[in-house]
Amino acid sequence: MTFSFAIIAFITLIGAVGALAFRQIVHSVLCLAITFTGVAMLYLQLGAQFLGFAQFLVYIGAVTILILFAVLLTKNTGPTISGQVYSASWVSGVGVGVSVFVCLAWAILRTPQLDRLAAEETNSTVKAIGLSLMSDYVIPLEVIALLLTAAMVGAIVIAMNETSTQTTMQGANHEKGLK
Amino acid sequence: MEALLIAIKARILELAPEFLQFPLGHLLSITPVISVFAGIFALTTWIERKGLGRIQNRLGPNRVGPVGILQPVADGLKMIFKEDVVPRSADKIVHFLAPILLVIPTMLAFSVIPYGNRLVPIDLDAGILFFFAIGGSAELIVFMAGWSSRNKYAMLGAMRAIAQMISYEVPLILSSIVVIMMAGSLSLVDIVAVQTGGFWNWHVATPWGFVGFLLFLTAALAESNRSPFDIPEAESEIIAGHMTEYSGFKYALFFLAEYLGLFAMTGLAITLFLGGFHAPFPFLNWVPAPLWFFGKFAILVALFIWIRGTLPRLRMDQLMGLAWKFMIPMSLITFAAGATWHYAGKGLLAWILCTPMLLGSYVYLGTALTKGQKVSKRVYRFAD
Amino acid sequence: MLGTGIIKGMAQTAKNFVGSYSDPKYLTTVEYPEQRVPTKENNRNFPFLVFDGEEAMVGLRCVACQICEKECPPQCIYIEKDKNKKPDFVGKDQFQPAVFDIDISVCMSCQICVEVCPFDAIKMDTEFELSQTNRFDGLLINKHQLAKSNDYYRGIHPTEAAEIDAARAADVKKAAAKAAAKAKAEAEKKAKAAAEAAAKTEADAADTPES
Repeated sequence: MTFSFAIIAFITLIGAVGALAFRQIVHSVLCLAITFTGVAMLYLQLGAQFLGFAQFLVYIGAVTILILFAVLLTKNTGPTISGQVYSASWVSGVGVGVSVFVCLAWAILRTPQLDRLAAEETNSTVKAIGLSLMSDYVIPLEVIALLLTAAMVGAIVIAMNETSTQTTMQGANHEKGLK
Repeated sequence: MEALLIAIKARILELAPEFLQFPLGHLLSITPVISVFAGIFALTTWIERKGLGRIQNRLGPNRVGPVGILQPVADGLKMIFKEDVVPRSADKIVHFLAPILLVIPTMLAFSVIPYGNRLVPIDLDAGILFFFAIGGSAELIVFMAGWSSRNKYAMLGAMRAIAQMISYEVPLILSSIVVIMMAGSLSLVDIVAVQTGGFWNWHVATPWGFVGFLLFLTAALAESNRSPFDIPEAESEIIAGHMTEYSGFKYALFFLAEYLGLFAMTGLAITLFLGGFHAPFPFLNWVPAPLWFFGKFAILVALFIWIRGTLPRLRMDQLMGLAWKFMIPMSLITFAAGATWHYAGKGLLAWILCTPMLLGSYVYLGTALTKGQKVSKRVYRFAD
Repeated sequence: MLGTGIIKGMAQTAKNFVGSYSDPKYLTTVEYPEQRVPTKENNRNFPFLVFDGEEAMVGLRCVACQICEKECPPQCIYIEKDKNKKPDFVGKDQFQPAVFDIDISVCMSCQICVEVCPFDAIKMDTEFELSQTNRFDGLLINKHQLAKSNDYYRGIHPTEAAEIDAARAADVKKAAAKAAAKAKAEAEKKAKAAAEAAAKTEADAADTPES
C-alpha cells in the first residue's frame, strides 16, 4: 500500500461517509462527487488511464448532475430534514451491511486470482482498449452504439416535432397579449 | 525556440538535486502555462473592451496608461481590494470552494495541449478524453456556486448553465470524435502530427473538418458561456447568474475561469482542426512553432470578440433548439461524411461525395430549425 | 437560410470596427474633459443674477421683489430685502437684496423664476460642471456668486439678451423722454406759476397805488 493510495483511499472514504452523514441532501451529492473523483484517481493510480478519465467524465460530468437534477425536482430540499435522520431499525441495517461485507470478502478471498503473487503485465493503453473493443467485444459495442444512437435520434425527433405546437402556443399567447 | 526552452529546462533540472528533479520538472512545465495564459487573459480583457468599443462606435478604455493598456492592472487591483461579501444565509463552505475549484479544471485543461514540437506539459494517451473529463466537472462547480449563494438569480443562472453545458457538450464531443476517428488516436500530440505539411493537410481543409470546426467553435462558445450563448449570466435578466453573490477576488476567479475555459477550448480547436502548431506552408517552418500556435490562438480569440460584438443573446428555447435540432444531427452527419471521406480515398471523389451531403443537410436542418419563425420588423406600439 | 443573418451582422460590425479608425462617421465619441461639444443656445441649467456695468452689487438688476421666491416650486430661493434703496437703470429708486441665496441642490431648473421676473434680473445659466465633494457647502450659492455680468449673459444666450437689451434701451429712452416731458411740464408749470406770481405781484403793485 503506497502513500498515494492511502491519500486517495482516505479521500474516497471521507466522501462516502459524508454522502451518508450530511443532512442537507445537496451536500451528500457533493460528497458523492468526491467519492467518484477518488475512484477515478484510484483507476489512474493503477495505470488505467482511459477508465479513470471515463469514470470522471461519466460520473462527475453526467451522473452527479443527473442526481442533482433529480434532487432539485423533488419537493423536500429544505436545509434540514425534520425528525430522526437515522432509522430506528439501524440494527438490521448494520446486520445487512456486515453480511454483504462478509459475502464480498469471502468471494474475493476465494478467487484464484489472489494466488498469483504479481499481476501479469496488462496492456491497458487506450490503443489496446480500442483494439479489443473493436475485435473481441465488437458485438456488444455495436449493440450499445446502436442503442445510444437510436436514443439520441429519438430525442432529436421528439424535439423536432415539438416545434409546431410550441410556435402555435407562442403565437396564441402573443395574440392574447395583443388583445 | 522550442529547443532553447527545453535546453533551459534541462539546465535548471541539472542544477537541482535528484529527489527534486521530478517535482521541479513538472513545476517548470506548469508555471509557464499558468503565467502565459493568465497574462493573455489580462491582455484579452483589454483587447476585448477596445474591440467591442470600436465595434460600437466608441473608443473603449483609454484612461489608464497609454491607450488604456494598464486597464487590466487597474481592474485587478480593484478586484483584489474589494470587500468580500458573503450572504448571511449562504452555504459558507460550498460558497467559498466553488470559485477556487472552478479554476482548477480550467487550468488543468491546458496541460494536454501541445504548444510546439515536444512542448506539451503532459502527453497523455487519452489526452482529449482528459480534456473533456476535466471540462465536465465545471458544471458541478457552477451548480455549487449557484446553489450555495441562496439567491434565486444565482440558482436560475446555475440551472441555465448546467442545461446549456450538458446540451452543448454533446455536439462538442461529437464534432471532435470525427477528428479522433480520422486521426486514429486520442492523444493530442498524435492528432497534431497527422496534420503535418501545409494547411491543406489540416482537418479544417476537408468538408467534414470544416463543418466540424464550425460546430466545435459554436459549441465551445456555448460551453464557455460566451455571447451569444451567455444566458447563464444574462445581465439584463438574472444579474450575473451564478456569480451574482460573489464579489472581489472570488468574482475575479470566476471571470478568470471563464476566460481560461474559452482559451482552453480555443487551444483544443487549434489542435484538432487548425493543424496545431504547424505552419500553413512548409517553407514557413523556420518560424518557431509556438508562434504559429499563438498566432492562430490570437485569430480565434479575435473572432470570438467579433462574434460577441455582433450577435445578440439567444433565448433559452432558441439555445436548446439550436443544440438539439441543428447541431447534434449535423454532427452525426459529419460522422457519416468523415466515413465517406475515408473510404472514398480523400481525393476529388471524396469531395464530390461529401460536400453535397453536408451542404444538403445544412440547408435542410437550417430550414427545419427556422421553420415557422417569421422574421418581421418589430413594431413598437407605445414607443413611437 | 440559417447563417446569412449572422454573416450580414458580422459584416456590419466589421465595417464599424474598420471605419472607426478611418471615418469619423463611425467614431462619434467626444473625449469630454479634453474636447467639448459647444453648448446649444437654449441650453439651461441653474439661475443666476444679471448685473449691468462693472460693479456687481451696484448694477444688480434684482429689486428684491421676492416674486421668484414665492413662485419657486421647490422653494430653493431665499431673499432678504435691504433697507437702503439704490437707483435702477432708469434712475428710479428701488430696493435691493441684502441676501439672495439659491440652493442649487434643490433647484430643478424649471425656469419659472425667469418667467415671472418683471425686471429681467434672473436668467438661466449654462454652467454645468458644479460637482462638489461636500454635500452642504458649495451648493448654496449667495448673491456674490450668483451675480454675473450682462456681457456674460450676452455670451451664453445672445438672442434673448439682445431682445432684453433692446427692450431696456427702449425703456431707458421712454423714461428719459418721460423725464424730459415731466421736466418740461414742471418747467412750464414753474414758469406759469412764476408768471402768475409775477402777474399777481404786478396786480398787487397795481392795486397798491390805488389804495
